Amino acid sequence: MIYSLCFILFIIGLYGATCKKNIVKIILGLLIMEYSVNLFLILLGWRKNGVAPIIDSQTDMKTFVAHSVDPLPQALVLTSIVIGLGVLSLMVAISIRLYQRYGTFDITEMKKLKH
Amino acid sequence: MSDISLFIALPIGMAFFIPIVSRNIKWFPDIAGNFTTFVLMLLSLLTINQEIVYNVGNWKPPFGIVLVLDGFSCLVLIIVNLIGFFSTLFSVEYIEKMFTSKLRYYSLFLLMLAGMNGVVLTGDLFNLFVFLEIASVASYALVGFGCEARELEASFKYLVMSSIASTFILLAVALIYGRFGTLNMAHVSLMVQKYGMDNVIKFSAVLLFCGLAVKAALVPFHAWLPDAHPSAPAPISAMLSGVVIKALGVYVIARITYNIFEMDTMISSMFIILGIVSMMIGVLMALGQWDFKRLLAYHSISQMGYIILGLGLGTPLGILGGIFHLFNHSLFKSLLFLNSGSVEYETGTRNLEKLGCLSRRMPVTSFSSLVASLSISGIPPFNGFWSKLIIILAAIQAGRPFSALWAVIGSILTLASFTKVQRYVFFGHGKHFKLESLPQIKEVPNLMQMSMILLAILCTVTGVLALGGPNGIFGPVIDVLTGGPSAYILKVLGKQ
Amino acid sequence: MRINEETGMSLIVKTVSRWLKGFVFLFGMYLTFYGHLTPGGGFSGGVVIACTFVLLTLAFGKERALGKLGKTLSSVLDCSGALLFLLIALAGIFISGVFFENFIEKNYPGKVFHLFSAGIIPLCNIAIAIKVGASLFMVFIILAVRRVIEVDGKRKLISTEFFDMPERKVK
Repeated sequence: MIYSLCFILFIIGLYGATCKKNIVKIILGLLIMEYSVNLFLILLGWRKNGVAPIIDSQTDMKTFVAHSVDPLPQALVLTSIVIGLGVLSLMVAISIRLYQRYGTFDITEMKKLKH
Repeated sequence: MSDISLFIALPIGMAFFIPIVSRNIKWFPDIAGNFTTFVLMLLSLLTINQEIVYNVGNWKPPFGIVLVLDGFSCLVLIIVNLIGFFSTLFSVEYIEKMFTSKLRYYSLFLLMLAGMNGVVLTGDLFNLFVFLEIASVASYALVGFGCEARELEASFKYLVMSSIASTFILLAVALIYGRFGTLNMAHVSLMVQKYGMDNVIKFSAVLLFCGLAVKAALVPFHAWLPDAHPSAPAPISAMLSGVVIKALGVYVIARITYNIFEMDTMISSMFIILGIVSMMIGVLMALGQWDFKRLLAYHSISQMGYIILGLGLGTPLGILGGIFHLFNHSLFKSLLFLNSGSVEYETGTRNLEKLGCLSRRMPVTSFSSLVASLSISGIPPFNGFWSKLIIILAAIQAGRPFSALWAVIGSILTLASFTKVQRYVFFGHGKHFKLESLPQIKEVPNLMQMSMILLAILCTVTGVLALGGPNGIFGPVIDVLTGGPSAYILKVLGKQ
Repeated sequence: MRINEETGMSLIVKTVSRWLKGFVFLFGMYLTFYGHLTPGGGFSGGVVIACTFVLLTLAFGKERALGKLGKTLSSVLDCSGALLFLLIALAGIFISGVFFENFIEKNYPGKVFHLFSAGIIPLCNIAIAIKVGASLFMVFIILAVRRVIEVDGKRKLISTEFFDMPERKVK
């Protein structure tokens, strides 16, 4: 049930990235899409009555293995968030320079590349 | 050569070492970049006929990340590093004249090369996504490198389409992890063999294919390519068109379809139809172009159609044709883009109507361009003829004569298009050509000439590599792909 | 022509941030050093370290922040953080033959749940924190530090370029 809400967020981001004309809205759409996939990846590791996957000197290993949440998606999402950050900073830098060159944020005005 | 992690570690190390040293020493980026790509090319030639499964951090699969080197990844590794070496050799003089910031160019170039080496060598799905993103982000920045208005627009278009594709790939990897609980490629294929493909896995396979088809520029996902390839600097266009759409696109598609999921008749027909559509649309749109590099970019789309057609036929002869055409296409297409870079270096324009009569003033460029044009059109004895012949024969042998017919028509139209290029640029002149601009044009500097001559020699000589058919030199490559999932699982995980 | 400049915020903000910047930096270092025992690690530690300098920029203006961590120094720190990480991974080849192996843990195993345990992981965390901190601060400075000039009612964004933009020489 929760996974379908993640997919709805994905579709909203896809709509924003493909159907909007303002560059900032396109960037936001791409960002929403990426974060929805990260959310889906974390939710895959959930377990009913789960505990956080941190061991200290007082944990009992058997109950820990039976109850803990999956830690591998958390490591994957950490990497994925940083990758998204890198792409976001490049997108914002390109859009600032596009504004300096064309004077507008509207992509229908940027038609210098011929067919 | 048993340490294949050097292919990834060496370019990353040099990419981060260049900005520290080059603030005071101005000639360091050239030397460091060329030395790194030369060493990588030699190391890649040493990996022929080896099969290595390398456990990173000494953790056994499926707990750790594996780097797998078999015949197919060896071939693509050689292509990547060879074209990388020729591109850096060309860009010593080119970037000096046409752009201002050399050290950033070399850093980004080496990062892109490290990302592509990582994609080719990895055996783990999420690691594949990470290296795919490294190579893609470096190429977004390199496409818009001279910050003019058109280049930034092309770079932004490429960025948006490619980011959507990467998100599709990540969603597919997440679905596979959610279903099977593992990310190792061989382990996933083991589970697919055991449990079959249910709806979740079919959906994730379709998502993976759509994301990778954008990266490989198949029709109808090709819309970024005619804008991104002309706007990049010429050695980066050569890398993008000759290597990136193959290493990030076709290699991963072939690896996933042949070695992880089962290759059946439905996927095979889909590849064949997509291949034929790409071929024809690419060539037909290229016939009407007046910009030199945009014409070459449309031809890239059409030749990728040939490769996908060859891979989709499924027979050993068809796979041989596809893989040999992949090898040949990277050689002659990068030579063509380097030629267009030379023409732009000397005359300052890419418009076919304004160029002309260059064969007398620039002999090396025009000769190598002639060699490359004959190769891409499929004229014997150059290497393009042999690979297209093998694809056509394989199509007839597999019982699909109409595919062979479309391939022949595409080849004839390619010949027509390149006759137009040769006539307008080198042996005749365009409509708006001014004769008084001719005496200032001389031949390009020595290093650029050397890279073009070496590529032309390779184009002529490598036609003989297909002798012996599916059991010859490309035998190990074909065995990897036709062995299917079971051979791959046996190699990576041992006996299960 | 009226020039709008960033001169910093009010006195209350300046005083409080002067007290707090040390604690924010200390928190970033805590996240980094204890990353193998508690949640945290290189990335989050680096982000918080970059936040110290962002706080300085917002409260005092860019000259003060650039006086503490200038553009050359942050570029060198960025690259040397990545090089340090790579050198630790390559040292695994020389010492025990496999890339990126935890050679400290295999040869000198530390006591569990102590600060000096888990081999190369704390060293990798420190390298990543240096790199991410310097990178994020550079990204913030380059994208956000601008000067807005009003000319005859039309506003033009003029950027103070800190690094020379790569451009085409022959247009």
